[in-house]
Amino acid sequence: MMEIFDILLSASFWAAAVRIASPLIFATIGEIICERAGVLNLGIEGIMVVGAFAGWMAVYQGAPLWFGVSVAMCAGMLFGLIHATLTVPFGLSQHVVGLGVTLLATSSSYFTYRLILPKVPSPPKIEPFQPIEIPILSDIPLIGEALFHQTAMTYGAFLLAIIVAIVLYRTPLGLAVRSVGENPAAADAQGLSVTGLRMGAVMVGSGFMAVGGSFLTLSAFDTFLFEMVNGRGWICIALVVFGAWQPGKAVLGALLYAAFDAFQIRLQQTSIGSDIPYQVFLMMPYVLSILALIIMSRRAEIPAALMIPFRKGER
Amino acid sequence: MTLEVVLRLAGITKTFGDLVANSGIDLTLHKGEVIALLGENGAGKTTLMNILFGHYVADAGTVEAFGAPLPQGNPRAALEAGIGMVHQHFTLAENLTVAENISLGTSSLWSGRLRLGQSKKRIRQLAEDFGLLVDVDAKVGNLTVGEKQRVEILKALYRDARILILDEPTAVLTPQETDALFETLHKAVAMGLSIVFISHKLHEVMAIADRCLVLRHGALVGEVETKNTSREALAEMMVGNKVEPPEVAPIQVGATLLELRHVSTPDMGTAPGLQDVSLSLKAGQITGLAGVSGNGQAALSDLICGLGLPEQGQLVLDETVQNRWNPRDAVQSGIARIPEDRHHTGTIADFDLSENAILETYQKPPMSKRGWMNWSQAKAFTESIIATYDVRCPGASTKIRLLSGGNMQKLILGRVLEGNPKIILANQPVRGLDIGAITYVHNQLLAARASGAAILLISEDLDEILRLSDVIHVISEGKLSPEFPRGTKTPAELGLWMAGQGFEGEDNCAA
Repeated sequence: MMEIFDILLSASFWAAAVRIASPLIFATIGEIICERAGVLNLGIEGIMVVGAFAGWMAVYQGAPLWFGVSVAMCAGMLFGLIHATLTVPFGLSQHVVGLGVTLLATSSSYFTYRLILPKVPSPPKIEPFQPIEIPILSDIPLIGEALFHQTAMTYGAFLLAIIVAIVLYRTPLGLAVRSVGENPAAADAQGLSVTGLRMGAVMVGSGFMAVGGSFLTLSAFDTFLFEMVNGRGWICIALVVFGAWQPGKAVLGALLYAAFDAFQIRLQQTSIGSDIPYQVFLMMPYVLSILALIIMSRRAEIPAALMIPFRKGER
Repeated sequence: MTLEVVLRLAGITKTFGDLVANSGIDLTLHKGEVIALLGENGAGKTTLMNILFGHYVADAGTVEAFGAPLPQGNPRAALEAGIGMVHQHFTLAENLTVAENISLGTSSLWSGRLRLGQSKKRIRQLAEDFGLLVDVDAKVGNLTVGEKQRVEILKALYRDARILILDEPTAVLTPQETDALFETLHKAVAMGLSIVFISHKLHEVMAIADRCLVLRHGALVGEVETKNTSREALAEMMVGNKVEPPEVAPIQVGATLLELRHVSTPDMGTAPGLQDVSLSLKAGQITGLAGVSGNGQAALSDLICGLGLPEQGQLVLDETVQNRWNPRDAVQSGIARIPEDRHHTGTIADFDLSENAILETYQKPPMSKRGWMNWSQAKAFTESIIATYDVRCPGASTKIRLLSGGNMQKLILGRVLEGNPKIILANQPVRGLDIGAITYVHNQLLAARASGAAILLISEDLDEILRLSDVIHVISEGKLSPEFPRGTKTPAELGLWMAGQGFEGEDNCAA
């Protein structure tokens, strides 16, 4: 039991949790923007791969790190445009299009990687974002190291969540986006362009998903590996539900999931870990996610027009 | 009238495939005037208004508002020209508040802040001026239907609408709410607004409109000043021939066939369940259930359809208390079900007429034997329904979703009435049908009553209830009023019960 307390009281555990949460926050916020406008974006997993690859490749070719993040954002928006074109004006099944975009985005990333780097024995490395210590705040014990000794991208993730929450609830644009997700006919009757708002939301949301992917290659690690996104996109889909489509709650959900993940890695290395097969530990965050979903999402208000294509002039 | 013309439609024509929805319609509206647009379902009223409001683009014709031509297919242009539309199916986002719904789209998307405080002040002022009381901070999903309609009207007024179009505004209101709506409209007209009132309720049109325009099969067939016409004349213009209301013959009331004893059921989402309801359906009698929708009608009809046993109380059929009760038991006990939503629960859209006609009987002879379907039998049965009930369709193998609402309802009637049912649950049997089909359905129900069936008629249309029912109950928030025999209550008195008054201290079990 003491070992568990040791883990929970170590600053490195909490710092890891915040770090693991960062890409999830970017992508979950992106998915929230899409779903609030009424479009389920299952392209998320592939778009994260594209972001991870495009951002890393730009930096590997000599671009500055922040330029790499912008490249990831643009690549994400491009795949977002494909998704939005098929699901919004054409009104195709959002499930099928989303999964298609995931497959397309993932495989075209791998393909481009091999085109550019046909014969590399081991994946090349770049110089990633370095942690920045915030003066004074980083001296607070435990919390200081966990929250204020992180890379610029992690700070960016939390900032983004705040900005998106403000835009959604405090600006006419946010109200318009929420209204097309609730009742597009109402937005149309008020003279808003449902197609424009939905396509814009899907593109911007996809951009943030790709930035989440680029966090993996530009901040958490220093290279691009196949399979490195490893289902994080699907976790984000669950986090949106867990967060009841609200940015603040989604950030909490991401932190909770990340804490479980960081905890199970550390638990594997203790004496408890030697007695139990490691797969059980790997399973833990998912099992806890399901339990949390069951408890949290019962009263959630789903955007009423989620997954319903809008065709003008139809009832 | 020498007043200023605010709206002029000229030569509006619109076709959907082979269907001519509007052909060469001309219409003018003056300042401070109320015109009524009358017509049966499918006559083209809503299409015309949707063209005016920019939801559809007309094939030919022009729209002019305040002297300037209005570009078509653009709701924003219509809004900016001062045209506000209150849709029949509300266009409100349920999870947003009243203030959010009203201010949606009124400020630039790129302005940094949502000035809800100012909006709320203005909404409250408008609400006071026009008598449209509503809580600006409430979520629209929690409002009653009447309140939602007030929000829709406020939405138009908030955008300085000078012309209000109301599409079947009273279809969902209690008589009291309708009176309040009319008061609001009188205030609006006094302030110089002009109103287009779409309806097929003649007495309301007579009460509110200055002028009536009658549409039939997409064409304008008449235009009269309200003071120079009568309800009968208008009805004749709408239908094209004289309308005879069904004759209700006096009848001998028989034994109690189905009885609910102090029944309570759990709430269904936001709709209340039943609370200590007692009700008896007798042979040869139509029992009318009046009430605003969402007050427990669904719970009651689900119970009788076999979708659940009561939580408390007893369901008694032929003097036997039922302990097991499911849809198949209900069908086998001779309960005919005419469901509320014929598209959703009444039929399977992509099945053909034969498949739909045998949905309740497919598992037993003659429709199937030893696990094999007998399709020729099913087809013969369907063809007999098509002939007897005058279902207009290309044939028994047509997919049912291609039929009009009236023909679909005739097939459902045939399906349930061919088995000579003892008990008929008719839940909104004429919703969305035109006068011809309504008369047909009502005559079929009266014929079943004459042959001894016990009928429960659930309807939101008080006129329908008053015309057909031998006894009337009102349902409000899951509670049932006492039984009122035919002719003992006026519409206004029933309206008070519908609004929930009178239940306190009453013994609400019907004898």
